[in-house]
Amino acid sequence: MTKIFKRTYSYAFLIPAAIVYLLIFIFPTVMSFFFSLTRWDLTTWQFIGLDNFKMFFKEASLLIGFKNTFIYAFVTCVLKVVIGLLLGVLLTSKIRAKGYLRSVIFFPTLLSTIAVGLTFSMLMHPSQGMINAALNVIGITGPDWLGDTRIALLSVAFVDVWKGVGFAMVIYIAGILSIPQDYYEALQIDGGGSFRKFWNIIVPLSRPATNSVIILSFIGGLRSFDLVWAMTKGGPGFTTDLIASIIYKQYQGGYYGLATAGNVILFLFVTALALPLYSYLNRKEVDL
Amino acid sequence: MSKRIRQLGGETVAILLTIIIFWIPFYFVIVNALKDKKESALLSLSWPSTTHLWENMKAVITARDYMLLRAFYNSTVLTVLSIVVLVMICAMAGYVMQRRTDRATPWLNFLVLSGLIIPPAIVPTIWVLNGLGLFKTMTGLVLVEVALGFPFGVLLYKGFMATIPREIDEAAVVDGCSGFKLFYKIILPLLQPVTATIVVTSSVGIFNDFTNPLYFFPGAKNATVQLTLYNFQSQFVTQWNLLFMNILLITLPPLVLFIFFNKKIVAGMTAGSVKG
Repeated sequence: MTKIFKRTYSYAFLIPAAIVYLLIFIFPTVMSFFFSLTRWDLTTWQFIGLDNFKMFFKEASLLIGFKNTFIYAFVTCVLKVVIGLLLGVLLTSKIRAKGYLRSVIFFPTLLSTIAVGLTFSMLMHPSQGMINAALNVIGITGPDWLGDTRIALLSVAFVDVWKGVGFAMVIYIAGILSIPQDYYEALQIDGGGSFRKFWNIIVPLSRPATNSVIILSFIGGLRSFDLVWAMTKGGPGFTTDLIASIIYKQYQGGYYGLATAGNVILFLFVTALALPLYSYLNRKEVDL
Repeated sequence: MSKRIRQLGGETVAILLTIIIFWIPFYFVIVNALKDKKESALLSLSWPSTTHLWENMKAVITARDYMLLRAFYNSTVLTVLSIVVLVMICAMAGYVMQRRTDRATPWLNFLVLSGLIIPPAIVPTIWVLNGLGLFKTMTGLVLVEVALGFPFGVLLYKGFMATIPREIDEAAVVDGCSGFKLFYKIILPLLQPVTATIVVTSSVGIFNDFTNPLYFFPGAKNATVQLTLYNFQSQFVTQWNLLFMNILLITLPPLVLFIFFNKKIVAGMTAGSVKG
């Protein structure tokens, strides 16, 4: 029997996938630990120990990437969870415009990040942009959204939420629709209002959806590059630089060893934050 | 009665909000794509005094020796090739990984799952591609897209394989099918719903990808549509009408896809993300 089984489900089926995945993904990842310790021009390398990492932690322009990456991932993640949940609740209720609203909110998910980034950098133009023009009408002088060092990173994060919240909403809709009707009936017998329905049934029972949204948007936030690159290129100064954009800048400058060290740091950063978060969320889910 | 009025009011507010938050940015892109250079420089929402649809379109398409057309060609080839390869290898891998359980299983699962979390090591990947003679080539970029799309694809296939009863395999084996024949004749056709999901979601992802072509497919001759848009940004800095026309043109493919596959896309997006 095992012989038939081995012949039917032969590992030969894995060979094409294994070649591509090991060669193009796993092998470079493993090698990155070695190359991060070198000065490197793609053909020759010189072993320099931990110098690349020392440089990363000493230079303010490199170090700022950690802070920004964390803030960016945190802000986008929280907003997507909160707004996504509210939209999910609203669009599973008995409103008639549901189909229209779902489609419109979801559509930006499919757009090109570069196109969205460029469009919003026009809308956020300090003197001519639509956003400040609208604020002017109600008597507020809008800030320089992308030029002010204090808010530039948040402006980019808001555009990320604009583009990505539809995805969170869809996950929540799937999660909320899978809650059995019995719970609502029980609540009705007990005489609970819509707030209790939201707080005591929907929030706890859509937990798997919440976990998915948190994990996906947090990891996505930690790794993001294209939106910030399209909108600010890390500026003004280095105030919107994320680890991923620093890696690109070092790569462009020909500092391959340093860029790879940045990659290793991003790897460790993502793993150190995502793994505990993942196991914490999963433990909570079991308790339920 | 008052409840109904309140609900109607709520819906009106919701629709008005979507107009402000979502429709205005689109409208803004469209009207500015139709204006001449001077009018678009104002970045206003007003309707163009004279429309320049064909003129602007021609200018964008002919810019830099028809680079946009070449970019559309490149992006299409990239998307189609990547998806064909991705579907083939993910379906085969998902089939074996779900059906066969032995001591290697946890290790294989771990390897695949780690691909969802780990950020790709970019410069070492360039080094590998360079060593293979595939850096700056379409084949190289396709391999990168496939390698990075593999974990998600295989998870979807594995999940779906679990719903196909083993009795079907057994019946086929009794009838004399085994190995590759069983897979191609029986299993692959049954996997069609998941295949459709992967085709739709990955084609959006790969067509819109910016980071990988930026690193692995540099050079003016190569350029995918996302790169073109990004490069045109500096060239069109005083001609925003052309920049907006470019944005409009590259937004069309996802828009068409969306109109035809709205439900499918949403189903596919959720299938991969919520367990249980």
